[in-house]
Amino acid sequence: MDFSYSEEQQMLQDSVQKFVASQYDFETRCAVLEKAGGFDKANWELFAELGWLTVPFKEEDGGFSGSAVDLMVVMEEFGKGLVVEPFLATAVLSGGLVAALGSDEQKGEVLAAIMEGKLQLATAFAEADSRYNLASVATTAAKSGDNYVLNGDKVVVLNAPNAQQLIVTARTSGEKLDRDGISAFLVDSQSEGVSMRSYVTVDGQQAAEVHLQDVSVAASNRLGAEGQVLPVLEDVMNQATVAICSEAVGAMDSLLAKTVEYAKTRKQFGVPIGTFQALQHRMAEMFIDCQLARSIVIMAAMKLDNDESADEKAKAVSAAKSQVGRAIRKVGQEAVQIHGGIAVTDELDVGHYFKRVTAIEHQFGTTDYHTRRYASLA
Amino acid sequence: MNADFTAEELEFQKDVKAFLEAEFPSDIKHKVDNGIALEKDDYVRWQKILHKKGWAAPNWPVEYGGTGWTPTQKYIFAMEMGLYGAMEPVAFGMKMVAPVIYSFGNEEQKQRFLPDILASNVWWCQGYSEPNAGSDLASLKTTAVRDGDHYVVNGTKTWTTLGQHADWIFCLVRTDSTVKKQEGISFLLIDMKTPGITVSPIVLLDGEPEVNEVYFDNVRVPAENLIGEENKGWTYAKVLLTHERTNIAQVPNSKLRLRRLRKIAGETADGFGGTLLDDPVFAGKLAEVEIQITALEFAELRTLAAVSVGKAPGPESSILKVVGTEASQFIDELYMEVAAYHSMPHVKDQFTEGFDGEHVGLGSLAASADKYFNHRKKSIYGGSNEVQKNIISKAVLGL
Repeated sequence: MDFSYSEEQQMLQDSVQKFVASQYDFETRCAVLEKAGGFDKANWELFAELGWLTVPFKEEDGGFSGSAVDLMVVMEEFGKGLVVEPFLATAVLSGGLVAALGSDEQKGEVLAAIMEGKLQLATAFAEADSRYNLASVATTAAKSGDNYVLNGDKVVVLNAPNAQQLIVTARTSGEKLDRDGISAFLVDSQSEGVSMRSYVTVDGQQAAEVHLQDVSVAASNRLGAEGQVLPVLEDVMNQATVAICSEAVGAMDSLLAKTVEYAKTRKQFGVPIGTFQALQHRMAEMFIDCQLARSIVIMAAMKLDNDESADEKAKAVSAAKSQVGRAIRKVGQEAVQIHGGIAVTDELDVGHYFKRVTAIEHQFGTTDYHTRRYASLA
Repeated sequence: MNADFTAEELEFQKDVKAFLEAEFPSDIKHKVDNGIALEKDDYVRWQKILHKKGWAAPNWPVEYGGTGWTPTQKYIFAMEMGLYGAMEPVAFGMKMVAPVIYSFGNEEQKQRFLPDILASNVWWCQGYSEPNAGSDLASLKTTAVRDGDHYVVNGTKTWTTLGQHADWIFCLVRTDSTVKKQEGISFLLIDMKTPGITVSPIVLLDGEPEVNEVYFDNVRVPAENLIGEENKGWTYAKVLLTHERTNIAQVPNSKLRLRRLRKIAGETADGFGGTLLDDPVFAGKLAEVEIQITALEFAELRTLAAVSVGKAPGPESSILKVVGTEASQFIDELYMEVAAYHSMPHVKDQFTEGFDGEHVGLGSLAASADKYFNHRKKSIYGGSNEVQKNIISKAVLGL
């Protein structure tokens, strides 16, 4: 039994840590958010140079490993630094779907471009009334000769405003909630019939509502077998979910460290507030929550890298998202409360960490959603 | 033991409802019902309507314009206003500085300031907290040094809500640095137009400049703006606090929001063909907070009943602050949960007047994240919930 990082993982961690420490302080991050596209293209090029964009992909696809544990290492450091570059949307989720579903030709076109930092993607799966059920798909894809015609509306598509390609889940057969009948398509975001209402999210990401009106897609741009995409989508979602859980673990570690530092220095009533036992116990609880969150994420990442059944993997991922979600709530709220008023201001980084972890809680399923999913598989 | 309203109280309740339906401006109601940001003018307009009816200041003594209501009537009024969504007059003038003026001010001050507060002609903000005086407010350092007919004020106040809109500020200032800290504080009224005052906005997590820092650089304040005696300001502020306990629990607002939430949840798809109310976990959480608000409501009624037989609201009213704020914050969480992915878009112009586009997601849920983030302040302001627990520990439990 060994929980230490391999030499390669250690190097990966050091590499991201160094980047964050030297090039991504809070002020820099604020400036990055103001850039066109909401991220720094120079950073993205650096990520490509340093090989980080290869981490989500298997060696046979030209990647680093595709291992969930390796991804965990990178995401945790991104979380610590509140990095906004669209690594999750482009490389993990979209890239992951192409890697899992794509033909050799499709993979050849798309994956190399992602890894070289030349392509931005977004995956449009959620709909207004699907909530967190991936099987709930009302967007349709009607076969028409050598094409499919897509119609429907997707919501809160992360990185859509920046994406050259969209991956869209659409139903080629069956009823709205059927597990069978869901297909996936690579859609050029400039295609006729694709319109977007773009906005910034509460934690500073770029996203959009995507409307598809008679969008014609060549059959060669279908990803994977027609109507059979859901299990693969769930698999890739598991990977993406563990990835954001890792990001949350990193962010929560930062929240705890900042809270402790503040409590040691902020004086009221003549003493540092960190000397109040009531607050010490609450910070100790934050520490416990952070450690349990890290522990369960490690468990889930390891499960994903093992040869487990789909149900076992789903159960592990739901356990992680559920536990991490509980931690997010406690650690996030406590960090703000112990800092007092300054953490409710835009100026201090603490509030931004709080917003990011809160966004993570609502992404890919809330605590309660995953507790239920775990229970249904238990 | 009896918690029923009398026949007269029920009549009064009907009158209040009728008044709200007839007089609360429909354009403001539209904003309130749709989460559109209110302007200063909305508050001024509504308060003037209340003032015309004689209902702007239920808690003031009748001689200064109060209604002369019983505690139960005050409770009914606050409840109906809250459930209707009608705003209470801004607290800083009506509930915070006015009671200090009519309790401890001289006749000239009462005549000079009270009518304009009542009619919403003059807006006030509060100069209490400082960057280094939060929970430990008594350690405040803004100084007021007597110089002939003036006090010269120097220092920085923070978290000044509405500082950008206020005409006057009431300040706790240090007039004696040699004594125990609480015994060297005075209560001073300052015109915001006095030279030397600078207001600097502080943007909160929802992107709005709701509060400010206010800098005082050799601000000359006429000595006649001192309330009561020098160095007695802390006492006045404390007396004010014990009387300002009505509505601190925000029960009517929480009840209104819960009603709306229950309705929305019943119309929100769970992704599996049902609605969120079919989800036993969500339904359970909603029930729990409804139950908690019910308990809180009766705790508040008990406090009011004690007041009506002449007892002052005691430190048990810290319960109202702790539970009221935490319940309200939990309701914010539930709204975000109902919104799911649609809690994420931050589309500010959806909440401004005149927006006639389509909302991103359900309009009534669109600001759920902003509210959740902004309202973390509730357990921090007004005496943090930690301070409230200290009060309960010391003053109630004798620990």
